[in-house]
Amino acid sequence: MGYVFDYSWIGEYSGVLLKGLWLTVWLILVGATFGVALGIFCAWVRALGPKWARPIVGAYVELIRNTPFLIQLFFIFFGLPSLGVQMGETQAALLAMIINLGAYGCEIVRAGIQATTKGQFEAGWSLGLSRIETFRHVVLIPALQRIWPALSSQIVIVMLGSAVVSQIAAEDISYAADFIQSRTFRAFETYIVATLIYLALAILLRQLLKGVGWVLFPKRSAAR
Amino acid sequence: MMEFSTWDIVRNLLLAARWTIVLSLVAFAGGATVGLVILFLRISKQKAARVFAGGYIELFQGTPLLMQLFLSFFGLSLLGVEVPAWLAASVALILWTASFLAEIWRGCVESIPKGQWEASASLGMGRFEQMRHVILPQALTIAIPPTVGFSVQVVKGTSLTSIIGFTELAKAGQVLTNATFMPFTVYGFVALIYFALCFPLSKSSQFLERKLNVAHRDH
Amino acid sequence: MSLIEITEVRKSFGDNEVLKGIDLNVEPGEVIAIIGKSGSGKSTLLRCINGLETINAGSIQVAGAQLATDELHLKALRLKVGMIFQGFNLFPHKTAGQNVMLSQMVVKKTPKPQAEEMAKKMLDRVGLGHKFDAYPDQLSGGQQQRVAIARALAMQPVALLCDEITSALDPELVQEVLAVVKELASEGMTLLMVTHEMRFARDVCSRVVFMHLGRVHEIGPPGEVFGNPKTPELRQFLGQTH
Ligand SMILES: Nc1ncnc2c1ncn2[C@@H]1O[C@H](COP(=O)(O)OP(=O)(O)OP(=O)(O)O)[C@@H](O)[C@H]1O
Ligand SMILES: [Mg+2]
Repeated sequence: MGYVFDYSWIGEYSGVLLKGLWLTVWLILVGATFGVALGIFCAWVRALGPKWARPIVGAYVELIRNTPFLIQLFFIFFGLPSLGVQMGETQAALLAMIINLGAYGCEIVRAGIQATTKGQFEAGWSLGLSRIETFRHVVLIPALQRIWPALSSQIVIVMLGSAVVSQIAAEDISYAADFIQSRTFRAFETYIVATLIYLALAILLRQLLKGVGWVLFPKRSAAR
Repeated sequence: MMEFSTWDIVRNLLLAARWTIVLSLVAFAGGATVGLVILFLRISKQKAARVFAGGYIELFQGTPLLMQLFLSFFGLSLLGVEVPAWLAASVALILWTASFLAEIWRGCVESIPKGQWEASASLGMGRFEQMRHVILPQALTIAIPPTVGFSVQVVKGTSLTSIIGFTELAKAGQVLTNATFMPFTVYGFVALIYFALCFPLSKSSQFLERKLNVAHRDH
Repeated sequence: MSLIEITEVRKSFGDNEVLKGIDLNVEPGEVIAIIGKSGSGKSTLLRCINGLETINAGSIQVAGAQLATDELHLKALRLKVGMIFQGFNLFPHKTAGQNVMLSQMVVKKTPKPQAEEMAKKMLDRVGLGHKFDAYPDQLSGGQQQRVAIARALAMQPVALLCDEITSALDPELVQEVLAVVKELASEGMTLLMVTHEMRFARDVCSRVVFMHLGRVHEIGPPGEVFGNPKTPELRQFLGQTH
């Protein structure tokens, strides 16, 4: 094979890559925070919220989980403006990630909540906690502790899925790679470097989420 | 400029959806085959094989499918041949699907009690025979719901192949949007068609899961 | 030459040495009971003989088949010794008959009709000919264990290893399994069994092995071992269980 690998462009374009890395990191940090919050809220609605709201949340969850993220992104960025909702590519990317993670998060948290027995709930009740307080302390915290690993993997999946936001010109890692390869004509090497950055990011994010789990749920033995 | 009725849009999208289905089937069948090989390596007695399979799974699950598609596309063209988009798309999707199926199935194989391995070993079966006649048939039953569930991810994953130029449902959506300037309608329909493909798979996965749980309780 | 020759066998899990040099020779047709406290290494010894554990030192030989770690030697050894487990370990996706047929067809390449005939014969032998088409979850524990015995016998081993094969059974089901074992013993099958059924050991066995801390602490005919224990450890053990 006559192909000679050439990575000499890295120095010149490291700034571009770093800028892309920053956006990907920013998107997943902000997106995961709000996405998880949305997921918890939806799980609460489905479990204990007003009756009329439950099927709406159910439909939202099914719709998101059964359509590609790319289409959700296109719908938000290209489709919504015709309803008068205009936004920049970064906002659209962030919104799409939040909505996407919210749906998966809802299902994951709900599975955790369902493992809480009625007895535990009533025990919280009888201790004089309010409905919301009971939800928070008796249902939610143990549920989150139980499903934290599943939620963490979902967050990593959303981060990796976010590579397609380059398709609406949000300037993330894969956008940077597209840009670089169009200048250097070193497509294969460029995408190898981008892929390795994503891999490192995925590994770091997993460790970070493990750490967050330890901080949020210090008493691990209580989970069982 | 051509005028497009709603029906024209839907018809064109449905025609393109055929390719989404074909690609999904190819990815799933190929991914299952490669996945089985990775599974065998992953649970092999040879440490090198286990490490290789573990690395494979980590690599394909730890990087974006989009990057894998690009690498497949540009990597294959390094071999000096003109690479059609469908080929690059199939290769990447197969390898990606294999990594997930291998990991799902490993969980199923490991949930089979150790006594089954020991009993079949004590009867003189080799590792392959144990897998073939004792472990896999049992693992298969519990593997069906998550495997069907993952097929939803495969169908959705095919949408990314539009980015390397394969004309399937998502690509048709882009083309039609550019022709009609009706992104809301077009992407709405695109989403609905994906939903129509995926929702039945999701539901049957849940149904099978429940059925399996009930069957287990009955024993 | 003895049928089973165990020489200087040592086995460790990590730095926990579980077998500290076991020597034991078993003649054809002997029925050996292995007794001893929990954790003394009884199961580990049986599992070593069958190659389910790899040994760290020493050698094991069964009817000329040497224990080694490669699959070919293991297979040769396992064709000579069958093993019955405490938890039956029947294949749940196969009927009783298929359980008995499977390994004959897969391992010995026996044609299906012959395998089926053999399966019928062996199930009859353990009194379960009428359960040929029953799945394991349709059988009682005692019946399952008898199918497991038939399954091992169908491979025509020269010896059977039994690890507490009645311990997982309800008391009223113990006897039906022991009756089958007794029958095998009287037909001349070589048996090595870990058991807590002292009465059975006394009545049926030719020798009793008392294991203590990974060693064969005392060995002899049942009358001697039970009637005249020489070591304080065996006396204490017998005192506890009687
Ligand atoms: N797979 C293993 N890994 C680590 N240690 C083990 C393993 N199997 C057995 N052991 C240890 O080896 C020792 C002997 O175990 P073994 O099962 O042979 O005892 P045993 O005499 O059969 O006891 P019991 O009467 O309880 O069945 C025990 O201390 C046990 O903890
Ligand atoms: Mg034991």
